Amino acid sequence: MILGSLLFASSALANWDVPKSGGSPNANSEETLYLIVSWVALFVFLAVEGALVYAIWKFRAKKHPVAEQFHGNTKVELGLTAGAAGILVVLAVATFVTLPSIINPPNSDASAGQVLSASLNTPRPPNGKELTICVLGRRFIWKYVYGNGCNKDYFTKHLPYSYQEMEAPAGVTIDLVIQSSDVIHSWWVPKLGGKVDAVPGYTTHTWFKALHAGVTYYGQCAQLCGRGHAFMTALVKIVTPSQYVAWLAQQNRLITDQGIQVGQLRQDLIKSGGLTSNGVF
Amino acid sequence: MSTTSQATIRPVPEILVHEVQRPSSRKWVDWVLTTDHKKIGIMYIVLTFVFFALGGTEALLIRSQLAVPNNTLISSQTYNELITLHGTTMIFLFVVPIMAGFGNYFVPLMIGARDMAFPRLNALSFWLLAAGGIVFYATLFWHPPDAGWWSYPPLSSIQYSPSGGQDAWIFLIHLTGLSSLVGAVNFYVTIVNMRAPGMSWGRLPLFVWSILIYAILLIIALPVIAAAVTMLLTDRHFGTHWFDPTFHGSPVLWENLFWFFGHPEVYIMILPGFGIISEVLPVFARKPIFGYKAIAASTIVIAFLATLVWAHHLFTAPMPLAVLAFFMLSSFLIGIPTGVKIFNWIGTLWRGSLVMTASMYWALGFIFTFLIGGITGIFLAVFPVDWQLNDTYFVVAHFHYVLMGGAVFTILSGTYYWYPKMTGRLCNERLGKISFWISFIGFNLTFFPQHALGLSGMPRRIYTYQPGLGWSTFNLVSSIGAYILGIGMLLTFWNFLRSYKTGKIAGPDPWKGNTLEWFTQSPPPVNNFDVIPYVRSVEPMKDIRRQIEIDTGVIQKTGGAEQFTRAQ
Repeated sequence: MILGSLLFASSALANWDVPKSGGSPNANSEETLYLIVSWVALFVFLAVEGALVYAIWKFRAKKHPVAEQFHGNTKVELGLTAGAAGILVVLAVATFVTLPSIINPPNSDASAGQVLSASLNTPRPPNGKELTICVLGRRFIWKYVYGNGCNKDYFTKHLPYSYQEMEAPAGVTIDLVIQSSDVIHSWWVPKLGGKVDAVPGYTTHTWFKALHAGVTYYGQCAQLCGRGHAFMTALVKIVTPSQYVAWLAQQNRLITDQGIQVGQLRQDLIKSGGLTSNGVF
Repeated sequence: MSTTSQATIRPVPEILVHEVQRPSSRKWVDWVLTTDHKKIGIMYIVLTFVFFALGGTEALLIRSQLAVPNNTLISSQTYNELITLHGTTMIFLFVVPIMAGFGNYFVPLMIGARDMAFPRLNALSFWLLAAGGIVFYATLFWHPPDAGWWSYPPLSSIQYSPSGGQDAWIFLIHLTGLSSLVGAVNFYVTIVNMRAPGMSWGRLPLFVWSILIYAILLIIALPVIAAAVTMLLTDRHFGTHWFDPTFHGSPVLWENLFWFFGHPEVYIMILPGFGIISEVLPVFARKPIFGYKAIAASTIVIAFLATLVWAHHLFTAPMPLAVLAFFMLSSFLIGIPTGVKIFNWIGTLWRGSLVMTASMYWALGFIFTFLIGGITGIFLAVFPVDWQLNDTYFVVAHFHYVLMGGAVFTILSGTYYWYPKMTGRLCNERLGKISFWISFIGFNLTFFPQHALGLSGMPRRIYTYQPGLGWSTFNLVSSIGAYILGIGMLLTFWNFLRSYKTGKIAGPDPWKGNTLEWFTQSPPPVNNFDVIPYVRSVEPMKDIRRQIEIDTGVIQKTGGAEQFTRAQ
């Protein structure tokens, strides 16, 4: 137990210098790309700051009383400019090589068959099978609707939904359909990949394929959305596909029960005169 | 002096002292009514430093709130107001206008002119700025705006920001925008038409180059933000739906318009700073600038590219992949001319004889911190990495490294450098160096841990956070750093204030400067120069000193500041 928490603490401290990852392949690829940029950046940092500090130390007036009068050196300037351009070419190549693993969702694992459906949403895994979950941002809570068509006809289809905490099966490629009903929000669960803005009037997409079941990932809205911005948190609970199916059924049952109870309450209120039959207090 | 004998080789526009200096018992009336570029410059610099102090106070309140998790010092509403005030103040009321202040005071002096081209317009620029600041800060007594300095709709719409604070923000943008636009036209006309005889484009001081490009960028960028905020105003009050998605308007349109202005604005803030550094380094390295043409050319290239990179602020917004790739590559490109400048500055130091004045400390500190900000900018330009970093404290760290470690450090370097010219007195060098080190340490302690905060998943603009997320230690360190930085800034201000009365008399040319502002008295008379010398190189003062030494055989001592010859 103590060892475990020590390990956790040290790993938490060891990871302050890279983006969070480990939950989904796209987050892992983003970390890889970040590390490539880091190594280049470290090289540039050491070379240039080294030259600067050396010049300050070596050529201060006390040690170097006479300044040499020269106006430039075209060869050195062109060489350094070409060097800078070369570094940028390396970074551009690294980006475009890594990019497919960040934006293209892979196929789901074979064990995940029963929760999948064909989807017309983008992006799609090669075999076209994935699970669609809609993410709706609104001040100051995230709402999730589960299943195909979740952004269009979820009400008539009686799709299950939940707030703040999303349930998602491991090993399944999940297409997130992201929308907002009021101001701009930004969906971000760092260990499951980069952020995507939820802009009213637009539908945006991202995906993740959770690598481990039994983990809950933390994230929060990344775009200033008003006074409750700091509390617009998101949790993503990764479960096994069979647990997910069971959870969906349970959630559906709970929603139906609640609907019946609300209907009953409404009838009671109309009877007692607290509410008119068109729902006005 | 033979150097001045060729003064009439080329006709210059006739500029007469446009107002007779008359003794007045009501000195402040002279300031209010003045059209003298030097007085206007001083008013700009003093007023913007006041706003800097206000913005800094807001920053300290922000850091106080974030020092510990679940802090209740400041409410979320006040916090959102503070970040809006802080960002808007630092950009629109401090960094952009103080560059206009330095430009006002020193462009005419450096090009050997007797005033700006349009002195009355110049006064208008200043008073529009003052009006913008008053309109904006008056909201403190009602409802300050709280939608952030980007004011993204729909958050800034009448539905979600019903208070007049948002409208005050719009008027601030209009007033300061008009101020800058009028000023930009004035700078452009002045620099193009009123240079001293012999001052061809290849002999223009690099600071003046940077102000010229600053003016051009302002003229390109400001009409766009003026249009955007007008559209926001009509959306809020006159029934239009430019940005309202429920009527097929688009919030992304605002994002594009705002950043089409907002990114050039970044270079509007930093290019004059580059210019200051390009003046300060050769003077204190006792050596010509390394690669004059490359520095001037890279300024132009940066300005051109600055108009082509705005959407790198929108990498997480709904945009096609091709657009993301384009803006990544264009943002990469801007690293090349910026790199050229850094190489050339280090080249200027190379084999020089560095006189370590307070001004030089800030200039060297600038190169060190600005490079870090430039490097973190590359992470953000790589759009898949930006998906993890955008809207986090990593971005906050990045732009404070380029704006505070960049622009503000150059402003302080420039203030130490030109203080003797503006006041006739020198700042306290010892205090200057001590306050530099305090500020430098405080700055890095404040902002370096914020990179780690962003990587650990802390978004920007949250007014509080829970413990146990790995953010508490970094936040505490950052807040302690902010207070150290605050002490450094207070000591710096104290130095500027106290030296006005107690500083050593500077004389006309305490640093052995290279440019023409050191050719006149400190502070300069109303007409600046009685005789304007013929300019034969980019370092006319060096030519003049050499000529005097040849003519008289006397080594030119600097006026009243022999302590900087390092014999001490």
